[in-house]
Amino acid sequence: MKGKSLISINDYSKAEMLRILDIAEGFEKNPRQPILSDKIVSTLFFEPSTRTRLSFESAANHLGARVIGFTDAATSSAKKGESLKDTILTVACYSDIIVMRHPLAGSARWASEVSPVPIINAGDGANQHPTQCLLDMYSIRKTQGKLDKLNIAFVGDLKYGRTVHSLTIAMCNFDTTFHLISPDELKLPSYVKQHIKDNNLQYHQYRTIEEAIDQVDVLYMTRVQRERFADPMEYENVKNSYILTKENLKNCKDNLKVLHPLPRVNEISENVDDMSQAYYFQQAQNGVYVRQALLSTILGVTK
Amino acid sequence: MKTELSVSAIKNGTVIDHIAAGQVQRVLAILNLSKYEEQIYFGANLESKKYGKKGIIKVSNKFFAPEDINKIALVSPTATQIEIRDYNVTKKEQVEIPNEIDGFVKCINPNCITNHEQVPTHFDVVDKKEIVLKCRYCEKNTGKGNIEFI
Repeated sequence: MKGKSLISINDYSKAEMLRILDIAEGFEKNPRQPILSDKIVSTLFFEPSTRTRLSFESAANHLGARVIGFTDAATSSAKKGESLKDTILTVACYSDIIVMRHPLAGSARWASEVSPVPIINAGDGANQHPTQCLLDMYSIRKTQGKLDKLNIAFVGDLKYGRTVHSLTIAMCNFDTTFHLISPDELKLPSYVKQHIKDNNLQYHQYRTIEEAIDQVDVLYMTRVQRERFADPMEYENVKNSYILTKENLKNCKDNLKVLHPLPRVNEISENVDDMSQAYYFQQAQNGVYVRQALLSTILGVTK
Repeated sequence: MKTELSVSAIKNGTVIDHIAAGQVQRVLAILNLSKYEEQIYFGANLESKKYGKKGIIKVSNKFFAPEDINKIALVSPTATQIEIRDYNVTKKEQVEIPNEIDGFVKCINPNCITNHEQVPTHFDVVDKKEIVLKCRYCEKNTGKGNIEFI
């Protein structure tokens, strides 16, 4: 994995995913390890992001690395019309590894092909966000004590949510049963469902959280966006079905945890935040450990 | 009735026969023959017992690697490649859909980097029967009905 870019979750085998999770566990126990004090990490954010950028920068800082970069394409030469290739070739002169987010799908793969230093994809348009996927897996393993044979429910926008697609595909390695809760307009795409079938695993589809809540170990919430609906009335009709409230969790299993990639708008009521099931802020915290594991592994510096 | 084609025989080289009607120009482009300096004969809308109409291309002193000639299967799966050495047929094969397609098909995804910057396209053929191409960059599938050429 040393020197190898991480562009898509499909780039990692099951063993490689588990290795990253194991290394991340070590960083959770002991986060401040200045093992990258001679390294420079570039964070190139061609579109804004709060969590992903800050957690990468926090991870790099915990490891003692220096961080350079930009937080908005408007402050980079991309605004002057520089090609992505030229930006990457230039920045590679200044740093040992590049973390990038870009609005165009496939941009990270292209960057990895032209770059002499490894690239970590921090989101390429609607395509991939592999570090989110790994931190979700880390959070699942940590809260459930295992990854195998879990019942995972995805709630909300399962059609456009890239985190849902990547996590579903990754969890197909672990004998998962999937519970898919969404309005008809936002069902999981058929190619992802086919992937579940190809792995001889099961999925069940529902319209409401209540129908599935007593069976699941992990409830993964996503945001249902108004602009995804052709008919605004349809949005009004369904929007409340995908807002998680305290009442929804009455009949849940004892081990259930609620995850959300954040940012949240209103899809989880704030009165859920204090419940033992709420795990989304710890999930965001886990992102730092997983990104520490990735930076150190890809740079080939592990203790 | 004379059944011989009115296109000269070649001593050495490749004959691409049974090209689907209307695809001769496309095949020439895919095989990058516009700058080839030796003799090329081609005919279009020729009679074919099997297919009604067909095209044919004869390229002197040129032999194609399978991964190159197979690219044309995307526009003409019926095409056959015939190698000629000293006026004799030394090999005759129908083209096959290759495992990978480089450079001449456009990605269907408007938000794919290949449609915005000078990035040559690259697809893995994930379904040869239905012809489904998966973009190496944006990971979206382009299906048979949506294939556009660059």
